[in-house]
Amino acid sequence: MKLYEYLGKDLFDRYDIPVPEGRVVENPEQAAEAASELGEVVVKSQVLTGKRGKAGGISFASSPEEARLAAEKIFNMELGGFTADKVLVEKKVQIEQELYLALTVDGTAQRPVVLVSLDGGMDVEDVPEDRMIRWPVDVTVGLQPFMVREICRKLGVEGNLQKEFIKLLPRLYKLFREMDAELAEINPLALTSQGLIAADAKVTIDDDALYRHPQLPRIKEKTALELKAEELDLAYVELEGDIAVMANGAGITMATLDMVQHYGGAPANFLDFGGGADVEKPSQALELLLGTNPRVLLINIFGGITRCDVVAEAFARVRESKGIDLPVSFRLVGTNESEGRTILEKAGIKSFTSMDEAVSHAVKLLDAS
Amino acid sequence: MSIYINDKTRVLVQGMTGNQGSFHTGQMLAYGTRIVGGVSPGKGGQSVEGVPVYNTVFEAVEKEPADASILFIPAPFAKDAALEALAAGIKILVLIPEHIPLQDAMDIMAQARQNNAVVVGPNTFGLVSSGASKIGIMPNQYFIPGPVGVVSRSGTLCYEIVGHLTENGVGTTTVVGLGGDRVVGLHFIDVLEEFEKDSDTRAVVLVGEIGGSAEEEAAAFIKSSMSKPVIAYLAGKSAPPGKRMGHAGAIIERGRGTFESKVEALTEAGVKVADLPTKVPALVKEVTDGK
Repeated sequence: MKLYEYLGKDLFDRYDIPVPEGRVVENPEQAAEAASELGEVVVKSQVLTGKRGKAGGISFASSPEEARLAAEKIFNMELGGFTADKVLVEKKVQIEQELYLALTVDGTAQRPVVLVSLDGGMDVEDVPEDRMIRWPVDVTVGLQPFMVREICRKLGVEGNLQKEFIKLLPRLYKLFREMDAELAEINPLALTSQGLIAADAKVTIDDDALYRHPQLPRIKEKTALELKAEELDLAYVELEGDIAVMANGAGITMATLDMVQHYGGAPANFLDFGGGADVEKPSQALELLLGTNPRVLLINIFGGITRCDVVAEAFARVRESKGIDLPVSFRLVGTNESEGRTILEKAGIKSFTSMDEAVSHAVKLLDAS
Repeated sequence: MSIYINDKTRVLVQGMTGNQGSFHTGQMLAYGTRIVGGVSPGKGGQSVEGVPVYNTVFEAVEKEPADASILFIPAPFAKDAALEALAAGIKILVLIPEHIPLQDAMDIMAQARQNNAVVVGPNTFGLVSSGASKIGIMPNQYFIPGPVGVVSRSGTLCYEIVGHLTENGVGTTTVVGLGGDRVVGLHFIDVLEEFEKDSDTRAVVLVGEIGGSAEEEAAAFIKSSMSKPVIAYLAGKSAPPGKRMGHAGAIIERGRGTFESKVEALTEAGVKVADLPTKVPALVKEVTDGK
């Protein structure tokens, strides 16, 4: 779960990472009020999309009236398909240099990794590899001062700035570990006459660990369907095409979409309803898909933990209660395959054993419809 | 021969008395796996499928020495159970659960490194040395002995591909599921290295997907260190960037982890990449027939 900048900065503040003084506001008048307290300010849209600055979601204001106008513009602005409910009004910081600091997960090393660069402010992917220091941290040891000194040596950083880093890095590491972050990024990390200040905050919390953080608000910048799928614990992604796809397992679902494309069709979605022997899950998945008004339905089941008869039963049940009148291509193999096929036959549905046949049939059905 | 496990591997099942634990204990026994005990705190003294259940891993290994353990434990409790197994000397740990927190996974891996233990998963179907031992949840009937090693990031897709091999009369030495999470114990290169050393494995099938850089790292390893032929299938050709396709790791971020970059790296390393799962057996036969 990605956190809005202001929530990330709340966390920074809690872990003694300096942030600019600021107010979160919900209308232009409040922005003007905040500016009258803070003086020269920066007005920042609280949306999750990157490239917020380039898209016009950040502006500077040197008077309350300017802040009000800037906020008004930002509240009416659509960024990456979303409009901001909140705007952050912050005291403008006099920046001497923009740095980059982040903690994230290095999957290959199976460790947290510290990323530091003296080239901050720009897109991180534009920072040349050799200008970015990467330091994987052994979690049984933790982030120690010697590691920061070594990072500083590689950066060519000495004196006061090194002292600042030695204070700051362990705090960010502590936040990263304790808050179950996947990413805790400060870009830019502003070097000012008062030391280092986090001018931005990009924090992502591990969805699988959210249960340990009931105090964090739940952020949902998703389409209505993706939200519903999340409630049902289905892995669902909306796509552009018109063949609705449902399968069990992330890899095989991806492969099914690829095959739809291979045969000249376009998938309407990615939907992995996972495994399990419960009839509810596939029923809910089917109902969700039918709600998207696809032109063809393609179901690809390779039963391991998932039982073919359960999925067939779910299909028959939903067909009876909701009425499925669109063309369907069904592939069914694996655990309890023959029981499943019998259920489908009774419902008058022909099923395939091979994935290739089922997918090419689905594309033919689309062409015929 | 096989890698990691064989017919002598002695296996514990943690979480044996639960639904999944008891069902898969039965399935693994039916496959021929030597399951020597189960662990379910508070359920010591019971038995599942005739296998005794103990309260702790330490108690279990005192009674029945074990090499490996498979976990059917809810994600919030998996770290504790995994660390318990490692502390009790288990050297092969198979983590079935999905949704184990990332920080917990990193804690488990750090401990495993210190103990020189192998972790398979999390979010994996496990591993099977065909005809000898299965420590996992895959359907038994597809895993017959033969000359091909298989390593995969995803479960059902791996069954699909192994199913095609079996249909074509091609069996497997060992099939390893790495798991779909961002932090997993084994990577492609660890398993490729073992297959390269295994005298019975004559070719390797690698089943990858978009996201991360594991396939690119595998390609570099294949190019520098493998003499055996490798065939690959990759999922996610049609996936849009920035969307997580089911697996935590299956996402194209910041222009990295694309299908094209993986195919290019593998092809350049001499790997034949099948464009459909059905085309894998023919490519395998091309390199194994007549050898």
